[in-house]
Amino acid sequence: MMVGIKSYGIYVPYFRLSRAEVSKSWGGFPATGERAVANYDEDTITLAVAASRDCLGDSDPQEIDRLLLASTTFPYGEKQSAAIVAAALDLKKQARTLDLSNSLRSGMTGVASAVEAIHAGTSKNVLVCASDIRMGLPNGPRELEFGDGASALLLGDTDVIATVDGLLSLNEDIYDVFRPVGENYVRAWEDRFCREAGYTQIMLESLTAAAKKFRLTAKDFSKAVLYAPNPGYLAGVARAAGFDLKAQVQDSLYATVGNTGTALSSMMLAAAFDEAKPGDRILWAGYGDGCEVIVLTVTDAITRIQGRKTVQRHLAAKQMLSYQKYLRWRSVIETEPPMRPKPEPASAVALYRDRKCGMALYGVKCKHCGTVQYPVQRICMNCLSKDDFEDYRFANRIGRVTTFSHDNLAVSPDPPSTVAVVDFEGGGRIMMDITDRDPPEIKIGMPVEMTFRHIRYVEGIHNYWWKCRPVR
Amino acid sequence: MESIKDKVAIVGMGCTKFGENWDKSYDDMIIEAVYEAYEDAGMDPKDIQAYWIGSYWSGLPAPSMPVSTILKVGYKPVTHIENMCATASDALRNAAYAVASGVCDIALAIGAEKLKDSGFSGLPTDEIAMGITSTAPNTFRSRNFTAPGHFAMMASSYFNKYGLSAEEGKKMLAKIMVKNHHNGSLSPKAHFQREITIEQVLKAPIIAWPLGLFDCCGVSDGAAAAVLVRGDKARSFRKDPVFIKALQIAVGWQEGYMNPQHDWTTVKETVQAGLAAYAEAGIKNPRNEISMAEVHDCFSITEAVIYEDLQFTRRGGAREEVEAGTFELTGELPVNMDGGLKCFGHPIGATGLRMMYEIYKQIQGKAGPRQVRQPRLGLTHNLGGTPGGATVSVCIAGP
Repeated sequence: MMVGIKSYGIYVPYFRLSRAEVSKSWGGFPATGERAVANYDEDTITLAVAASRDCLGDSDPQEIDRLLLASTTFPYGEKQSAAIVAAALDLKKQARTLDLSNSLRSGMTGVASAVEAIHAGTSKNVLVCASDIRMGLPNGPRELEFGDGASALLLGDTDVIATVDGLLSLNEDIYDVFRPVGENYVRAWEDRFCREAGYTQIMLESLTAAAKKFRLTAKDFSKAVLYAPNPGYLAGVARAAGFDLKAQVQDSLYATVGNTGTALSSMMLAAAFDEAKPGDRILWAGYGDGCEVIVLTVTDAITRIQGRKTVQRHLAAKQMLSYQKYLRWRSVIETEPPMRPKPEPASAVALYRDRKCGMALYGVKCKHCGTVQYPVQRICMNCLSKDDFEDYRFANRIGRVTTFSHDNLAVSPDPPSTVAVVDFEGGGRIMMDITDRDPPEIKIGMPVEMTFRHIRYVEGIHNYWWKCRPVR
Repeated sequence: MESIKDKVAIVGMGCTKFGENWDKSYDDMIIEAVYEAYEDAGMDPKDIQAYWIGSYWSGLPAPSMPVSTILKVGYKPVTHIENMCATASDALRNAAYAVASGVCDIALAIGAEKLKDSGFSGLPTDEIAMGITSTAPNTFRSRNFTAPGHFAMMASSYFNKYGLSAEEGKKMLAKIMVKNHHNGSLSPKAHFQREITIEQVLKAPIIAWPLGLFDCCGVSDGAAAAVLVRGDKARSFRKDPVFIKALQIAVGWQEGYMNPQHDWTTVKETVQAGLAAYAEAGIKNPRNEISMAEVHDCFSITEAVIYEDLQFTRRGGAREEVEAGTFELTGELPVNMDGGLKCFGHPIGATGLRMMYEIYKQIQGKAGPRQVRQPRLGLTHNLGGTPGGATVSVCIAGP
């Protein structure tokens, strides 16, 4: 049985923050590069949905029988985030869903668990997704280091692009990087301790144990994909482990995305896959409260999906964001509330009743006259047939802007609020917000794609729906 | 199906000053409008046999009860009507139907709205209204836009369809607003009573692209009322009653939100209500037979499209008519003689009866500096909702 990775996807939010702008604001040492910032309408859940959709492409979500979702920044303490992601992805009801939390290596632990489940024959297709929006306090090193993002891997035992040849796990109790329940900002001990006693020592101990277990040395690997919060940490460990920095070590995306927490290991692996050749052996390691090490061998099937240019495509789609907007979007600063009606709380009952149409973006197609319509109707708008419809999903369809407005009166953390009438290829119309846009680029007739977004948080309930964005 | 033509007449009307009426409550405004109507009709309050009150947000959850208490109606029928921004027109329609049916001889229609107790600009959001019944709009399908945003989409689509650059389109709309401001300056009860220039309109801050501040109507407090009696008895109340010739309402199914065939350059509800009203009143050529109109200029683009939807001009013809001054006070078919929603103001549940108040005064020759020369038929057009899904009332009245 060839157990391994069948597909991969990532999601890097559209907005980037210049580290130089942040450090200049506080008068600190100049910092370089940029970090990804989630839009105001994104959270861990929506990032996870985006990366999963990038991984799945047009494949049938109903074939997935297990979803493991890793993050340290889930929106609920009690209520499963994986079930929310499953609803948005339209996974089958019998798919087993699980949240993996509290450790930066939980994404890779999920991959290891998936491999074991497939070997055991309890699952055929497992989606492992990792997503994080971690916060560092303003004027601190983690605000600069962290980036927002998500990654997803589909594992199975057929058509794999890389086989999983070995797993090794190590746990460690250490206060290097941590966040108590109820606090928003990640804490860390003195950097020298974190680097030396934490990251470097534990990574090297794990890599040494793996080399011994798998009877492989540094020279046996085409690529080392090692989680690292920044390039300095990475270079230290990679050199000590015997890897050639230029030829063998995968870049940590620090200059372009930042440290995306649980998602970073798989994002770096995606970058390695984009460049990999059949037969390449990859050493993959993730850090946090210990370490996960996974050995992979790339197969001929890799060439099938490299055309997606996964990482390159995400890095190319971007717009710079001001530090002021970052502070507002992440609610770091309190701003004057608008003189407008307060948002109403959602009804849990209405959310429950309407979840298929709302979460998975299902409309209907009339069996009598073929007219596609959204939202779900019971009387056909064209032929008036009653209750004679089949399901019709809009999530993966391309639409075109028929008309639009930039609304300055609507309350938005990114004014103006851009709204459009969107008509879909194949029929159907939905009125929806346009997000991740630069207002002047919006034109009648332009194509847009669907994106799952956070709409509001009122009285304990996070409300999600779909928006559209220019095709990236 | 029978026509209501001449079966019901208005013999008294009242209307408060519209505006930010900080010192007047919902109750005060209703009393002011209703007692002006009683006095105008020479009517004893006790003679009213049934009441219809139109309000959208005010007095909830049961405005019929507050109205009964405010006016001390004494155990008579009171009904609350809500039909979005066309609420007052529908209160008038229901009261008129009661009189036409013969179940009562004298009825009172009231429209009233208190918006400026809210503490914010603009209207409450849809979710506030919908949230009361916890329907889907406050869970999924929530789009972040306001009334100006909705109507701005009609402007974008209209400019695109007729090949107008944003500059050309905005200039056409600006001229409509300059007209309504001129008319408002002649209207003592209007919210805004000052002239503006095209340049001011074009340079104003954008509210919802492409609509600027002066493309949007006022958010106001106000109330209006009408005393309705049987047509055959009308002249026993006064020598110059105003007869109802048509009362129609068309409610759409939000086609603009669901059907790709709908292009947002027309409001189909206006077309349908107009056709039905013209048929009911026996009108063959609206442009020639209608002397004047009060239409729902909630936004400048709305008025431009109404010209076309009500057949005052051909499709795409709004711009040349605006250039020609057709709809100015001195033009061939004056529109919004009192300043319209733009300047008279727009207290949601009161607007339809305010429109009829102007038509009523014009037909009686009491419109002062705004007086249209020898008007015959006057039309009111009252639109609730958005271009994508509306409830539109068209009423026609005359001597």
